[in-house]
This record gives sequence, C-alpha cells and structure tokens, in this order.
Amino acid sequence: MKFVLKKLATLLITLLILSFLAYAAFEMVGDPVGMILGTNATPEAEAALREELGLNRSLPVRYFDWLFHFVKGDMGTSYIYRISVNEMIGEKLGLTVILTLFGFGLTLLMSIPLGVYSARREGSFADRALTVSNQIVMAIPAFFVAILLTVIFGVLLRLFTPGSFVSFNESPGRFFLYMLFPALSVAIPRTAMAAKMLRSSILGEMQKDYVRTAFSRGHNRRSALRAHALKNALLPIVAFLATTAAEMLAGCIVIEQIFSLPGIGRLLIASINNRDIPVVEAIVMILAVWVMVVHFFGEVISEALDPRLRS
Amino acid sequence: MKKLFAKHNNWFFKAGFILTTVMVFIVLLGQVWTPYDPNAMDASVKAQGPTLRHLLGTDFFGRDILSRILEGAGATLQIAFFVVLIGAVLGTVIGALTGYFGGVVDEVLMRICDAITAFPSVLLALIAIAVIGPGRLNVIMVLGCVFIPSFARIVRAEFVRIKRLNYISLARLQGVGDFRIMLKHILPNTLPTLLPAISIGFNNAVLAEASMSFLGVGVSASEVSLGRMLSDSQNYILRGLPWYAVFVGLTIALLILGFSLLAEGLQQRR
Repeated sequence: MKFVLKKLATLLITLLILSFLAYAAFEMVGDPVGMILGTNATPEAEAALREELGLNRSLPVRYFDWLFHFVKGDMGTSYIYRISVNEMIGEKLGLTVILTLFGFGLTLLMSIPLGVYSARREGSFADRALTVSNQIVMAIPAFFVAILLTVIFGVLLRLFTPGSFVSFNESPGRFFLYMLFPALSVAIPRTAMAAKMLRSSILGEMQKDYVRTAFSRGHNRRSALRAHALKNALLPIVAFLATTAAEMLAGCIVIEQIFSLPGIGRLLIASINNRDIPVVEAIVMILAVWVMVVHFFGEVISEALDPRLRS
Repeated sequence: MKKLFAKHNNWFFKAGFILTTVMVFIVLLGQVWTPYDPNAMDASVKAQGPTLRHLLGTDFFGRDILSRILEGAGATLQIAFFVVLIGAVLGTVIGALTGYFGGVVDEVLMRICDAITAFPSVLLALIAIAVIGPGRLNVIMVLGCVFIPSFARIVRAEFVRIKRLNYISLARLQGVGDFRIMLKHILPNTLPTLLPAISIGFNNAVLAEASMSFLGVGVSASEVSLGRMLSDSQNYILRGLPWYAVFVGLTIALLILGFSLLAEGLQQRR
C-alpha cells in the first residue's frame, strides 16, 4: 500500500504545480476587462467590472482563491456568459467521458483478442495479414477514420445522420448508435497499436527461459501462454493503455468537432476563441486531473502485476 | 544511402521510403507547379466530383482541390520540418548534456520531461496557442517546444547507455575531451535510435498541425494548411459531398503512413 500512497503524493504535487503554471499563463494573456467592455468603456465602468471579477487583487491571492474554490467544486464564473462554469461544463463533461470510456472499452475489447490470436498463430497467414493491416491502420489518424465512417455509414448507408446528435434523454438507443461511430473512430487506430504491441510482447515472453521450463513440465503453447507468459506480456500494454486513455481524451476534442457532439472539447475550443479564461482554466484542470489519474492507475496496476516495480 | 538500404532491408523500410519519397516529391513539385492557380475561382465548375479536368474535383467556389491540397500540404510539411528541427536539435542537446553529465540537473529535467510527455502533445500545444495566439510561426514554436522532451528522453537514455561502454572509458583515458567524446564518439552511435524518432516526429507533427488547424487553433484563418482544408471540407460532408474531405484526409493519412512505415523499418534491422 505504501507505493500507492507515495504515487498519490507525487500526483498531488504535480497537479498543484501544473495548476499554478496554467493559472499564471492564462492570467498573462491580457486584461479581460478591456475585452469584455470594448474600447469605449469609461474608467469607472472598467474599475467596477474589475472589482466584480476580483481582478484588483494580486496574482497569488487570486490563484489560491481560485484553487480553494476549485477543490470545493466551484469552478468560477464565465467572463462572457456570466454564469457559473460548473453549469456550462456540467453535462458536456459527461458526454466526453462517455465517449472516452466507450472508445477505451472498444479498444480493450478488440485489441487483446487480436493481439493474443496473432501471437498464438505466429507466422500463419492470418497473423501476417493482421501484422500488415495493423501497421497501416495505426498510422491512420482518428479524424480520417471519422471521415470514412461518416461517409460510409452516414452518407452512403444512412445508418445515422451526420451532424445531428441525439441526446440520451431523447432516445437512448439512437444516442448509443450515434456515439458508436465517434467511439470507433478513436478506438480503431489505438486498437491496431495495442494489438501490435501485445503480439510482439507475447512473442518476446514466449522465448524466455521460464516459458521453456514450463514447456519441459508438460505445458503446451496454449497453456504456457495462459498460465505464465500472458501476465508478463500484459505489463508493457498497461502503460500503453494508460497513455491511450490520456491521448483518447485529446483525440475526442477533434472527434467531437467532426461529429458535432456537444462535449467538453468543443466548449474548450469555443472558450479559447472567446478568450473566456475561467472556462478554459477549468477545462484544462479537468483534463490535467484526468491525465494524471489515468497514469496513476496505470502505474498502480503495473505494480500490482509486477512487484519488482515497487522499489 | 546504399548502407542505409543494406542495413534496413525489410518490407516496412522499403514501403515507407518509397511512399515518403513519392509524397514529398509531389508536394515539392506543388511548390513550383500546380495544375491550376489554387485560388482561382471558376463559377462553371462549382462543387464537382473528380473529373478529368479537375482530378480531385472542385470546391464551392470552383477552385481546383488538387491544387489547393498541394499548396496546403506544402505548408503542413514546412511546419512539420521546422517543428522536428527545433524538437530534435534542442532535445538532442538537452538529452546529451543531461545524459552525459548526470547529476541534479539531469534528475530535475527528466522529472519535468516525464510530466510533460504524460500529456497528449496536441492538448499542450492547444493550451499554449490559447495563450499566445494562432499563426504559422506560433504553431511551429509551440509544437517544437512540445516535441523537445520526447527527443531529450530518447537521446538521454542512449547517452547513459553508451557512456558506460569500454570504448568511451578508453577514449577518456587517452585524454579526449568531454565534448569531443559526446560529439564524435557517442552521438553517431545514437543515430539508430534517433532516426526512427525523427521519422515518428514528422508523423506526429503532421498529425498535430492538422488537428490544431482543424480545430481553428493552428495556422491563422488566412493561411492554408491541410488541417484548415479539413475543417473547410466538413461543410461538404453534411451536404452530401464527401470527396473533398476524403481527399484531404487521404493526403494526411498517406503522409503519416509513409513516415510511420519508415520509422518502423528503421527500427527493424535485419
């Protein structure tokens, strides 16, 4: 348990440093008061707004105030819309999380069987075909997969209408059908990468001495793989999957734009363009927390699988 | 070149090398000659599919898509080139110094690099662009900086590994200076790891530029790039005219595929 606590402490310190850097960077962008009121505002109006937004305090004071509220779950007030950021982010975060988890789940479901199958049949026609197609598919960017899926299933087969998102409350069935395509777009390239890694990882393990010992004790390829090699072979994959979960969130920003999904990524882009700093800060922090937490779980799972890493 | 081919006589290397050469050649050709003026509008051929006159079709303004893709791909490759240049050169310098000398600076810098590489590079670049504003030069600077840690880590690991080998100790015994050892004795031996990293760097840079410009936080609105064209072509899909997006996406995919096959081939030595 000690290694988990140690990792947790590192995680919190990193997040703290990150939050300060992000906050300070965005505060340097420029004076939001001039942007909100335009150039014709009277000095009195500017002073009043500055007071209202709390901008007349020093940077460290504002940072700790913001951090304190953020930890308590209050992400501040939008400069542009003057409503709470929590309200703006609310459901949108849920949609992005669903998309990421959906994509991640599909990646797991597809890549592990493919990788294991390919390794088990090393050198067969199926293995060689998979290796070549994995190499090609992993180089296809998620947004191109998204475009192809839209063209094939949206425009040609008319399974869904591109650009018209159906919310869960309207119709759960059509919601999941619509979400399937963005989720597949982020999952397909990552599946190819994970399957390829798993294959080479398993083949590497199968050549080690302990597997030869297992053979000498009467294991066949299949049972030696299941009983001994697979657990070790999964180790590098766990770290890769953690990176995948982090990358997928970033990938979802692009995918949301292609499928017109009202998620957190589109809000981030809109807020960047509007210079709505509190919203950008809040989303950046949420994304940072997600990335750090995902890597934290990756490390904890790796260490649970392999006690040697705990030192 | 002959040596490179002899060392990497595998399918991935050959395919990647041919694809990359062909794509780069076409893009370079597009810098001096395009079938039509990329900005010339022609009302008689608005929003057409591929025809013999316009091989990849035309957009709503009757502009030739092939010519525009050539121009946009040129801009994207140019950005990728400078991004990789900044990332690889600075990353190599930092990785070499920290890896060779070690110490507290090494420890601290590598921790920072670990923290940075944990974040998706597109996300970091997006946030940085949000702070300093869009534009081609800003994209190059931001992505270049974002790419430094990954190169630094790779080069550092190689320097740490190689500096312990006997031939380095021997060189030191003979009185060769630190910088000469780094430059003449270690650096050339990092190439087998550095070359695939550079190829992957091109792959990531093209992808990052395309994603950022697609989202409208890359090159500025008046500039062309593959990412910007991808975002333009979105409207065409919704109106049932998908070829524009497919061709732009295909160009990006082929560029990336070439670099990634090349990287894979360079890693597999046989």
